[in-house]
Amino acid sequence: MRTILFILQKEFLQIFRNKTMIPIIFVVPVIQLIVLVHAATLEVKNIEMIVIDKNLSQTSRKLISKFEGSPFFKVKAATFSMEEAYNKITNDEATVLLVIPEDFENRLISEGKSNIQISINAINGMVAGLSNAYASSIITDFNKEIIPDIVTIPDKSLLAIKNINITNSYWYNPDLNYKNFMVPGILVLLVTIIGLFLSSMNVVREKEIGTIEQINVTPIKKYQFIIGKLLPFLAIALFDLAFGLSIGKLLFDIPIVGSLWLVFGMTIVYLLVVLGVGLFISTLTNTQQQAMFISFFFMIVFIMMSGLFTPIESMPDWAIEFDRINPLVYFMRIMRMILLKGSMFNDIKADFYSLLIFAFISLGLATWRYRKVA
Amino acid sequence: MDKHEYIINTVDLTKKFGSFVANDKLTFSVKKGEIFGFLGANGAGKTTAMKIMCGLSKPTSGHVNVAGYDIYTETEKIKKNIGYMSQKFSLYEDLTVYENIRFYGGIYGMSRKNIRQKAENLLTKMEIKKYRNNLIASLPLGWKQKLAFLIAIIHEPQIVFLDEPTGGVDPITRRQFWDLIYEASHNGITVFVTTHYMDEAEYCDRISIMVDGKIVALDSPENLINKYNSKNMDDVFVKLARNPSVKL
Repeated sequence: MRTILFILQKEFLQIFRNKTMIPIIFVVPVIQLIVLVHAATLEVKNIEMIVIDKNLSQTSRKLISKFEGSPFFKVKAATFSMEEAYNKITNDEATVLLVIPEDFENRLISEGKSNIQISINAINGMVAGLSNAYASSIITDFNKEIIPDIVTIPDKSLLAIKNINITNSYWYNPDLNYKNFMVPGILVLLVTIIGLFLSSMNVVREKEIGTIEQINVTPIKKYQFIIGKLLPFLAIALFDLAFGLSIGKLLFDIPIVGSLWLVFGMTIVYLLVVLGVGLFISTLTNTQQQAMFISFFFMIVFIMMSGLFTPIESMPDWAIEFDRINPLVYFMRIMRMILLKGSMFNDIKADFYSLLIFAFISLGLATWRYRKVA
Repeated sequence: MDKHEYIINTVDLTKKFGSFVANDKLTFSVKKGEIFGFLGANGAGKTTAMKIMCGLSKPTSGHVNVAGYDIYTETEKIKKNIGYMSQKFSLYEDLTVYENIRFYGGIYGMSRKNIRQKAENLLTKMEIKKYRNNLIASLPLGWKQKLAFLIAIIHEPQIVFLDEPTGGVDPITRRQFWDLIYEASHNGITVFVTTHYMDEAEYCDRISIMVDGKIVALDSPENLINKYNSKNMDDVFVKLARNPSVKL
């Protein structure tokens, strides 16, 4: 125990004497939260739209104003030239083209139905899909409100539509505030980056400067060394989590519904996984550069597949299978559940056990690979 | 001489890296309290053998006993009883003189009081009391080396292994360094030192000369000089290293 205290004392001295450390500890969370939360948004708003209204009727105008009134679309220009409209799409000045045919209102009145054309620039598949969905929902709305008023043919089936009302209520994030979803995810990212980089660079640094050999000829025990190396980074990462949560609360007013004790408890378990992986990388490599590249590689893979930026549900089956071994997925789910839903330990038990298994594996690997040899 | 007066015993110590034989059947013994010089050209296998004796690596075959413990099964016990100063400078540059002393003393299980006392003695001995809170990085190389040595024996080990401790320092500092070695030896610490400075070899009680992984000579410097009809150790070494088959 005393030995561990001596190691801790030395590690903390070195960490805080390192001039880049304080900026890392304070700047990384600020930048990540402020920049990433805004930039990495999946929300699609103000999709630019061009309208060709050949009908110019009261009904067609109603339809257009319905689009204008929605937060998702911005009618950028109205024209009668198909060519001009296509040019605008090609030049990226607009994403969506709405064409209302000449006989739009007449057919609605006489036949009870009519067609409009919507063309979407689908280079960004996600934006296109969302544009389509938003447009469809606006048109469905329009149908319900307007058709029964103007259609002269009495048609029971059309009237029936009006009777089915879908009311949405969004649980746990009633305002559909994207930040509420992002901030817990970014916090996961934050503790992962801090934990993985700092720990993977640390032991290998002692290898580079040669001090590891001196340590290895002392009667220090493996577990003492590993605990001495882990605890400082655990403390720093937890501090950064607290710091990040405060920024999230102050700046974005994210909800913290569940218990903070539970949040920190779960973070400790998760950090054991991350720090174990970091130390393992450290034992495999000989220079800080190698350690940096390997950590970076794994980090990118695990973050990209974590569901932070793209929903896991829309990944291919093999990727979904892969995510079973992605600790970020489990921890992100835990964080969102506690912070947004106020989940208790019982609700996150399964994910917690998975993390615990990961922690055993990664720390086991690190202890096994760390050998007191030259 | 009685067997228990030997503190290091090796019999047929062999270390192979693939097909390369770094240490070829080394058999030698080191007496308690002596200064044992381990000589050889670069790449002769000195460091490899030393690392085995410190428990940093395992031999391919052979028996090694250090401070009464077996190298295969009792490395952790050996580590309690030895000090080691590697070729690579091994103090923490970003810690102060005192912090380094405290850290190494601490992981050898010394009490805080004991550490303070030792540190005081050490700083006085080196006449660097006022540099106690200076970072190691700010000290001249010669001081660092001497400090590294004193820290390597801070826990009063039975044996201290020094791997080319005076590489890159000036002659005066080397002389001072050897004064420290004599003092340690005088206090009962066995000193096992590798070097390729032949003048230093003459300071040792006994020396072994290694060529290409084999020990080709082992005796006191005076005896070796006489045996090989040489003026000094330099001569002996050149004769042996050039033509290892010269045997008496």
